[in-house]
Amino acid sequence: MSFDYERYLRLEHLPHLWCPGCSHGVVTKALLRAIDKQGLDQDKVVVVSGIGCASRLPGYVDFCTLHTTHGRALPFATGIKLARPELHVIVVSGDGDALAIGGNHFIHACRRNIDLTLVIFNNSIYGMTGGQYSPTTPHGAISSTTPFGNPDSAFDAVELAKAAGATYVARTTAHHVRQMDKLISDGIGHAGFAVIETLGICYTNYGRRNRKRYRSNQDMLRELKERTVTATKAETMSAEELDRRWVVGLLHREERPVYTECCEERTGGARQPPEK
Amino acid sequence: MGSVKFIQGNEACAEGALYAGCRFFGGYPITPSSEIAEILARRLPGVGGRFVQMEDEIASIAATIGASLAGTKAMTATSGPGFSLMQENIGFACLTEIPIVIVNVMRGGPSTGMPTAPGQGDVMQARWGTHGDHPAISLAPMSVREFFEETVRAFNLSERFRTPVTVLTEEIVGHTRERLALPEPGDLELIERVKPTVPPADYRPYDTGFGDVPPMANFGDGYRFHVTGLVHAEDGFPTNEPSVIAAKERRIHDKLGKARDEIDRVDEYLLDDAEVAMVAICSTARAARRAAREAREQGIKAGVFRPVTLWPFPDRQVAALAERVNKIVVAEMNLGQIVHEVRRAVSGKVEVESLTQADGEPIAPGTLCEAFREAAR
Repeated sequence: MSFDYERYLRLEHLPHLWCPGCSHGVVTKALLRAIDKQGLDQDKVVVVSGIGCASRLPGYVDFCTLHTTHGRALPFATGIKLARPELHVIVVSGDGDALAIGGNHFIHACRRNIDLTLVIFNNSIYGMTGGQYSPTTPHGAISSTTPFGNPDSAFDAVELAKAAGATYVARTTAHHVRQMDKLISDGIGHAGFAVIETLGICYTNYGRRNRKRYRSNQDMLRELKERTVTATKAETMSAEELDRRWVVGLLHREERPVYTECCEERTGGARQPPEK
Repeated sequence: MGSVKFIQGNEACAEGALYAGCRFFGGYPITPSSEIAEILARRLPGVGGRFVQMEDEIASIAATIGASLAGTKAMTATSGPGFSLMQENIGFACLTEIPIVIVNVMRGGPSTGMPTAPGQGDVMQARWGTHGDHPAISLAPMSVREFFEETVRAFNLSERFRTPVTVLTEEIVGHTRERLALPEPGDLELIERVKPTVPPADYRPYDTGFGDVPPMANFGDGYRFHVTGLVHAEDGFPTNEPSVIAAKERRIHDKLGKARDEIDRVDEYLLDDAEVAMVAICSTARAARRAAREAREQGIKAGVFRPVTLWPFPDRQVAALAERVNKIVVAEMNLGQIVHEVRRAVSGKVEVESLTQADGEPIAPGTLCEAFREAAR
């Protein structure tokens, strides 16, 4: 039986504003299937975003949805979760939103291990503003603000999340749709801060400027397929072999006390102020 | 009457927040406001509330807005540098009409300035700090008792009008210790945001059918709705329709403009027969009161006019004051901010003198008494 997307979509607000060839729709559908698989009460799901192409997602999905300021989705979500721990709070964020302007909030959400799910839509570019380079744009790539090639080095969101203390860290791509379903679903089910980086494509504002490499969005999708290796396979490969490869799958998972529960424990079941 | 305490202003602010029903505080340490965070960190868990220290002031106000949207009365507290960092999200709360309280215990100077010294340099920032046309309410207490009361009133006004409210005071008020008789529950009126009564399918988060302040649902209570910092229609979704945009922008101003009787609060001291009036806020107003008494001993009919609600500015009351006195002196701990509002409101009816001091020291009553003498000459 085909999946009933309409149950979760605000049809009156479609079509979406994403360009032809964009992969954000792929991730949106995977997110809806993951929420459905987890059997969450639609009224108890909150989807929070910042600013950017990916951050327009909340307007299209039928939950409690919050489209905030650039980079700040995680702290808004933190306030919601602390005020109402029973809500399932999911944050969607682009690479610039999550890792540049929101980079500080990202590492601190990891550190706290607050029970939120963060889905990063990493298309390596600021798409909405016209294709400026982001913290995940590859070194040397052409963007509207790196006309001579990107002098910066890119962040690895997975390594950053692991180092900062996230307890569920996964990576997948817009080409690996079934894997994406499972990784997002398990991330939502995980007790603690879950980061799922989804590698995607922006032909309009990234691929187009790097035509030597990509003649179409299909070339970009093909690259997502060809350059990825599974976590299991990666274990058997040398660092040289892994150069310019993306390792996908569940890359880190640990059980660590969840922030909201730590607050309860620390302040005591009786919730009385400590003796002076 | 409840228990009597001998506490500092920042403690009174925390007590006022608890009295008002604040159950969430998100903050970041900054002098001279940190005691508010420290007290609420200790006290909030005991009343079923939640305290969180965020990674910066941007995150602090973001978490505060998030908590309010989830149905909790929420507050943050800071000083100048942190207030600067909060500005973008203050505008978010204005446009999305989410009630929160922001306390700014002002220090002196721009930039890092003088962390442990008082100042009143954030008067204009409290009104115009965030970008774009937006409404603003700021309350400026001058004593420990008033810091308590104005914090309660800040929550009431934010809930009543679905808008952020700033409590704007300075280091002297924050750190002065005074006697405070805590009100008993019920002594002060508490206002709660109006909740929707329509079925979820019919709910529109900015439905003007209920007046200028639409009922506000909580996230998680069965109402699924969208909140965005883009200019939006009554259904909460972004719009490019000029008439809808204009109506929204007007309404968030009008909801305050039409309710000035509920928002305004001014305090008049020895003004009945006054010929010279001094306009001042916070600790400067207290020094001005003493200066007025001393000036009267010298035969000068001096009085003090104090905007307790600083924003929206009490234009009408200041214009009425200009009808009664011969001269107005505006005394402030900055290089002249309130004076511009006073001159605008007075509109040339009487002479308005500006007395400014921005050196980290409070303005002494002697200085103000001399200003009364000068003005009466």
